[in-house]
Amino acid sequence: MVKSLLLVGVGGQGTILVSKILSQGLVKEGYDVKMSEIHGMSQRGGSVTTQIRFGEKVYSPSIGMGEADVLVAFEKLEAARYIKHLKKDGILVVNNEEMYPLPVLSGLAKYPDGIIESLKDSVDNIKIIEARKIAEELGEIRAQNIVMLGSLVKALGIENIDWIELIKENLPERVHEVNIKAFEKGLSL
Amino acid sequence: MKKLLTGNEAIARGAYEAGCLIACAYPGTPSTEILENVSQYEEIRSEWSTNEKVALEVASGASIAGARSLVAMKHVGLNVAADPMFTMAYEGVNGGMVIITADEPGTHSSQNEQDNRLYAPHAKLALVEPSNSQECKDFVKYAFEISETYDTPVLIRVTTRVCHSKSIVELGKREEIGIKEYTKDIRKYIMVPANSKVKHVEIENERLPRLKEYSNTTPLNRIEWGDKKIGIITSGISYLHAKEVFGDKASYLKIGFSYPLPDRLIKEFAHEVETLYVIEENDPYIENFVKAMGIDCIGKELIPMCGELSPQIIRQAILKEEEKESYEVDINVPARPPALCAGCPHRGIFYAVSKYKDKIISTSDIGCYTLGMSAPLGVGDISICMGAGITAGIGFDRVNQMADRNKKVFGFIGDSTFFHSGITGLIDAVYNGTNMVIVILDNRITAMTGHQENPGTGKNIMGQETPMVDIESIVKAVGVKEENIRVIDPYKLDETNKAVKEAYDSEGLFVIITKQPCALIKDVQRKRKELYCEVNQEKCRKCKTCLKIGCPAISFKDNVVSIDKAQCNGCTVCLQVCPFESIEFNGESR
Repeated sequence: MVKSLLLVGVGGQGTILVSKILSQGLVKEGYDVKMSEIHGMSQRGGSVTTQIRFGEKVYSPSIGMGEADVLVAFEKLEAARYIKHLKKDGILVVNNEEMYPLPVLSGLAKYPDGIIESLKDSVDNIKIIEARKIAEELGEIRAQNIVMLGSLVKALGIENIDWIELIKENLPERVHEVNIKAFEKGLSL
Repeated sequence: MKKLLTGNEAIARGAYEAGCLIACAYPGTPSTEILENVSQYEEIRSEWSTNEKVALEVASGASIAGARSLVAMKHVGLNVAADPMFTMAYEGVNGGMVIITADEPGTHSSQNEQDNRLYAPHAKLALVEPSNSQECKDFVKYAFEISETYDTPVLIRVTTRVCHSKSIVELGKREEIGIKEYTKDIRKYIMVPANSKVKHVEIENERLPRLKEYSNTTPLNRIEWGDKKIGIITSGISYLHAKEVFGDKASYLKIGFSYPLPDRLIKEFAHEVETLYVIEENDPYIENFVKAMGIDCIGKELIPMCGELSPQIIRQAILKEEEKESYEVDINVPARPPALCAGCPHRGIFYAVSKYKDKIISTSDIGCYTLGMSAPLGVGDISICMGAGITAGIGFDRVNQMADRNKKVFGFIGDSTFFHSGITGLIDAVYNGTNMVIVILDNRITAMTGHQENPGTGKNIMGQETPMVDIESIVKAVGVKEENIRVIDPYKLDETNKAVKEAYDSEGLFVIITKQPCALIKDVQRKRKELYCEVNQEKCRKCKTCLKIGCPAISFKDNVVSIDKAQCNGCTVCLQVCPFESIEFNGESR
């Protein structure tokens, strides 16, 4: 059984690091893993997407419309943008974070109201994460992505892998403690 | 040992294991990480070249001198490097030579979608196409062997999804090949007409027939028999998509060595299957060959020519699969295009020029600063390729003069792009007498591709110190009049506005050099960590002038203008444009 996971966010939010930790864990667990990311110009605040597919044998890294088992959105507008990729009865994990794109900042477009409400009305399996609030309470705003990692590990039901070890391998020592807390908090939601 | 690697990491590993000694590249998505990873192996001398042509020439010289050499670039980079590549196909190699072209179906961060497989028959070079990371590593090793056995540079074509996808790779050991003897041989290495005529005949009559034989027998091309009702000829990432869709319900001719194509293998395969499909991204490269052999197949009638393929696209095209059920929300989702970062040094100059935007034509170039075209700054009329920010401006200026348009041309080019192919344009502008303004945006790094060193940064890819090439000295040396040169700090708007006005009012060629390092350089981030601007809400009259600089840190929400402290680096451009002095600077110094 192959699982398809789509991560979406905004350049600079740390989605790539989460995908890296996630795929390392899946390989350690013995899965065949394909991960594909689109960045490039995204360092300048554009949309970033990472596709991860894992199972006994995986060929293609690509996920089409209605094909993602889990959609993880690090920002809510991006959840709305990519919602069509989520398959019926799939799980949506969304960070209740609002980041204005340039057309909104410059007054050419409006950031839509009620995104979370619309998503709730439409999607049955939805988990809303207050990652910013949690990270702020832990005193490290940049740990938002690791909160999301915890939540999506739970959504995928792969808690048995040693994620703490992988977080330690991928992050500098001085931020281990706060990120482990962030992960555990995400896992508990 | 097994490791999860991207295609680019695996290519680097392949070069290492193959005993490669020299590797050169110019950064460009999706190829950049190839050389970045090669440079981690100290056995290989790695160099960021000033452009792709230089890179390919350095690799050529290294190969002729006897070392295995590798050169990597994005698809459009190969256009720049095409000149030496075509002649190296005639000269052949001494040490093996591998050229990597990283193509971009889907143009995620490129100016076009060209299919560089077509270069192989054009230049008469062997062509190899890996599908996943394991093949990326293995095929680089094969390519070096092919190169030396058949006396030809080998082109390896990868695409974004191969370069930036991770899959599991079995690592091997490095084989030390050493340096071959160099023997002077002017009939092989000097392509004057007398020699090239002979070489061309040799290629057609000897090398290509031998390579064709290889193509029919190499393990890089293989048949995987499954159900014979459907037969699929495919290569690269398309092979993986096809496998995903059809599994063992089809048979496959998987092409890994794609020039020359394996004629006998194709005939044998086509003969055995009921319906033959060719599944490939972008151009009908394999399909045209199959059809020219008089073999019926289905290809671009069903498979899209433009953009990337995916299993879903293939299912919909061939199996007529209906759209999958999903979710929808009734929300108008605004686009999220890339934008100049908060604190980007390009903002000040673009803001200053934006006040003239109805009176000028602006010719832009390839880099972060192409984004100056976005609203609200809106500076940029055309952008073509590396270097054209200057040269297309020259041509535009000629016609503006003829048509009495009274519109000054402002050409924009970054530091790395200036070294890449701006200098020749600058000299042309001086030589042919041009009444334009050239703005060289020196942010001390190759920024767009993720911060690579360049001749202006004072460091090479190995981290060693190098002389810093001084742009101002070059501008003076080629003959731009001193009174027509301004070197400014684009964080200082007074200075910037003054230079732009003088440039607009000037006669003859005028050059503005903006000097301020990219806000994302680690040292810059460290230095400016505590600096930020803040809106004094009591003084703010919500005139929204600050929003006109297009800074992603400034927002207007619930009738309040605010600055995101986390993004802001205290560049103070917003503070300088505020007419009511309601933005305040925080930090020790500016």
